[in-house]
Amino acid sequence: MPEVSNFFSKLRWPDYLILAVLIAFFGYIWFSIEGTLNYKWRWELIPSYIVGWHSGREEYFANLLLQGLMATIRISIYASILALILGTILGVARCSANLTVRMLARTYLEFLRNIPPVVVVFIFFFFLSQQLIDALNLARWSRGIARQEDIWLWEFFFGDMRRFPSLISGVIVLALFESAFVGEIVRAGIQSVPKGQREAARSIGMSRMQELRYIVLPQAMKKVVPPMANQFITLIKDSSIISLISVQELTYKTVELVASSRMIFEAWITTAAFYFIICFGLSRLFARFEKRSDTR
Amino acid sequence: MTTSDPMIRVTNLDKFYGSFHALKDVNLEVQQGEKMVICGPSGSGKSTLIRCFNGLEWHNSGTLIIDGIEVHQNSKQIRDLRQEVGMVFQQFNLFPHLTVLENLTIGPMKVRKISQSEAEKTARKYLERVHIPEQAEKYPAQLSGGQQQRVAIARSLCMETRIMLFDEPTSALDPEMINEVLDVMVGLADTGMTMVVVTHEMGFARKVADTMVFMEEGQIVEISPPEQFFTNPSSERCRMFLDQILEH
Repeated sequence: MPEVSNFFSKLRWPDYLILAVLIAFFGYIWFSIEGTLNYKWRWELIPSYIVGWHSGREEYFANLLLQGLMATIRISIYASILALILGTILGVARCSANLTVRMLARTYLEFLRNIPPVVVVFIFFFFLSQQLIDALNLARWSRGIARQEDIWLWEFFFGDMRRFPSLISGVIVLALFESAFVGEIVRAGIQSVPKGQREAARSIGMSRMQELRYIVLPQAMKKVVPPMANQFITLIKDSSIISLISVQELTYKTVELVASSRMIFEAWITTAAFYFIICFGLSRLFARFEKRSDTR
Repeated sequence: MTTSDPMIRVTNLDKFYGSFHALKDVNLEVQQGEKMVICGPSGSGKSTLIRCFNGLEWHNSGTLIIDGIEVHQNSKQIRDLRQEVGMVFQQFNLFPHLTVLENLTIGPMKVRKISQSEAEKTARKYLERVHIPEQAEKYPAQLSGGQQQRVAIARSLCMETRIMLFDEPTSALDPEMINEVLDVMVGLADTGMTMVVVTHEMGFARKVADTMVFMEEGQIVEISPPEQFFTNPSSERCRMFLDQILEH
């Protein structure tokens, strides 16, 4: 591999020194886990917690980690769609001509900026999503569906239907939380559209709504694609917080796995790897898209 | 409306930006079909004045009557007004995310609720008028400055307005493109459109203007027909200004 040898030829002795220190450091940690804690590594068990073999039914099934991963992906997608809608409304409100609307949007943002995420999640959960789910009687509705036969389509989109209310509250809480930041991105996009564009729109008789819909937002949205992509990645990472309200996503399932199997290190390292692969992969992917649209 | 009623009547107009007095007691009348050219040093309030005519700026006192209707800060009424008053900007302000044709049809379609085919027909007619029918499918960024400004003129024409305002339409253009835009404006003047033009292009002014206006520090210093304006202006300040810009 010429690239690898090229890499090594660039290294000088200080680089080797740094590498040596790092190896020594991790070696020490490894040693202390192994020696002092008397920890027994059982990496070989991890794959079966991703895809398990059901010996009774003689078939493979998605075990804890994969279930959690799927839930995290579902929640992230739904929450980002909802956050995009709410955030766009919020961003437009931040640029509104009406002072009250502007102040409300600003207040919402400042609350979210200055309260720790975990606290926000609990507040949204108890004060909002919980009430909403009770009001809509979602728990009964989803149990009804769970009892039906042939619900693979429901399960494809929402996973275990008995957990549907919890999934929904996870999505709502996460979307509300992220919408504030999406709103800031949208606001920046709207404000980046030159004043002349609005004046031109107005001078051909457009109303404020038409001006926003046909002239300002299309241009603003084009500009905010890169920061929006980053926010989507942030949302995936932030989704681990909602494990606190018992939404059974990747982090929650990992806690469960650790509690039942005691494979603390293996489970957390695997989960970290899952998050890393998804987020890093997406950021590479978005970077490639961005480069392509730049050259066009 | 009788024929003697002016298209635009401005009486004792005052405008402030905070404590800055931008327009001072401006009085002006523009008749139907009249071509008025407004000139003056930068910061003299020329642009502010014509931006009041389509509600991009609001006057603080005095009255402004356009086509028989008094202009107030009322959103419904001002939208009706803007459909009668077109504006061409110094920076073109074309919509960069839309093609030339879409730039021209979006106003008629969304504001006047005209069908797409009808709007496109009108758009192509006016693109012909500004001599660039072949650019209809391009995006504004693919056109030269002069072409962009001509598209901007066509965009205003598509709204079939009764009055056209020009805010320094050639100031942002490279010298070799100024004439193509001025030619279009001269052609437009021949159709009998009421035009108010803020410009320093005195050749254009001589050719089309019925009335010349000179403004300084928010006041109208001189209103006179071009023959008198260019040969024998009544104010000393106007004479100095003309000497400066006609020097070369």
